Amino acid sequence: MSRENVLVSAAWSEENLGAPGVVFVEVDEDTTAYEGGHIPGAVRIDWRTELQDQVRRDFVDRAGFEKLLSAKGISNDDTVILYGGNNNWFAAYAYWYFKLYGHDAVKLLDGGRKKWELDGRPLDKDVVERAETNYSAQEQDLSIRAFRDEVVEAIGTKNLVDVRSPDEFSGKLLAPAHLPQEQAQRGGHIPSAINVPWSKAANEDGTFRSDEELKAIYGEAGLDGSKNTIAYCRIGERSSHTWFALHELLGHQDVKNYDGSWTEYGSLVGVPVELGSGKEG
Amino acid sequence: MSGCGAPDQSVVVTGVDTTTETVLSGKVFAEGAPVGGAYVRLLDSTGEFTAEVVSSPEGDFRFFAAPGDWTIRALHRSGNGQALVTAQGPGVHAVEVAVA
Repeated sequence: MSRENVLVSAAWSEENLGAPGVVFVEVDEDTTAYEGGHIPGAVRIDWRTELQDQVRRDFVDRAGFEKLLSAKGISNDDTVILYGGNNNWFAAYAYWYFKLYGHDAVKLLDGGRKKWELDGRPLDKDVVERAETNYSAQEQDLSIRAFRDEVVEAIGTKNLVDVRSPDEFSGKLLAPAHLPQEQAQRGGHIPSAINVPWSKAANEDGTFRSDEELKAIYGEAGLDGSKNTIAYCRIGERSSHTWFALHELLGHQDVKNYDGSWTEYGSLVGVPVELGSGKEG
Repeated sequence: MSGCGAPDQSVVVTGVDTTTETVLSGKVFAEGAPVGGAYVRLLDSTGEFTAEVVSSPEGDFRFFAAPGDWTIRALHRSGNGQALVTAQGPGVHAVEVAVA
């Protein structure tokens, strides 16, 4: 897997604004960020209202994804460049989601919105209109999506990578520290998981670290290259970032994202939970 | 619960139980004036990244943390800066960060 196939720089992006067959899509944790200024010509996808089923806890189905992309004016032949705030958490999540439904020509803007803003590149508030398309999606590629039973079976056999912060891993916090902490689930982590916070994979400006640095980080953390890997976090967005680093940048073959993540696992009755740093034993 | 959306970064902490939550709240300044649009990063006592928010147009930010020593680092087009804050326990802990 070549980095050029999955990432574009902010400089490349600015040069390719408005290029035919290239669609910029903003996906943010803060879904109002787009309205305050977006990359010129970019459309927005709201991860909460447009990527999630609004009744069941699951993604929109294949027909729903087709309808969404058609309405956004994205066609099967377009190269989609995803970017967002918070170090591309939700852009990486959307990247994984686009791959899940079989859209191959998708890339991340390295550094996302942060790098773009810190560089002082242009943002505008223009309303973006794109002609509706007739988008056709594939069935979900479940080779990159893990479900709870598979995660329980993976304890002690596959690499489980918990990408939350050390305090969430140990059970001290139940959510990232910019969010309130009242949650229903128990604190802790899945036994045998290693803790490699997603942020290890990112530079301060939000760009991904080099392949050499990434190899060293996951190697030193004890990721066994001979085993299959499942990454998880709280709701599956930060683990999409790590899934991207492992699967798309380092080219590990069998890496799945567990989108149920700790909000599901920490609410399951009867499954094992481990507290602490995981390094005591 | 508001899903995973970042809360409004205003300095007035409402709708939060400050008897149980440890809130780190403050402003980012550049050349003595509050500055919005700064990327504010919360680092734990080992320097490990914990969370990040963007300062409001008035320069405000806040984190829901835990008691302990924290570093708050701000990145902005005009420069970077950081400050240390120690939270002894629950409540609102004020902090200011200057970028240059």
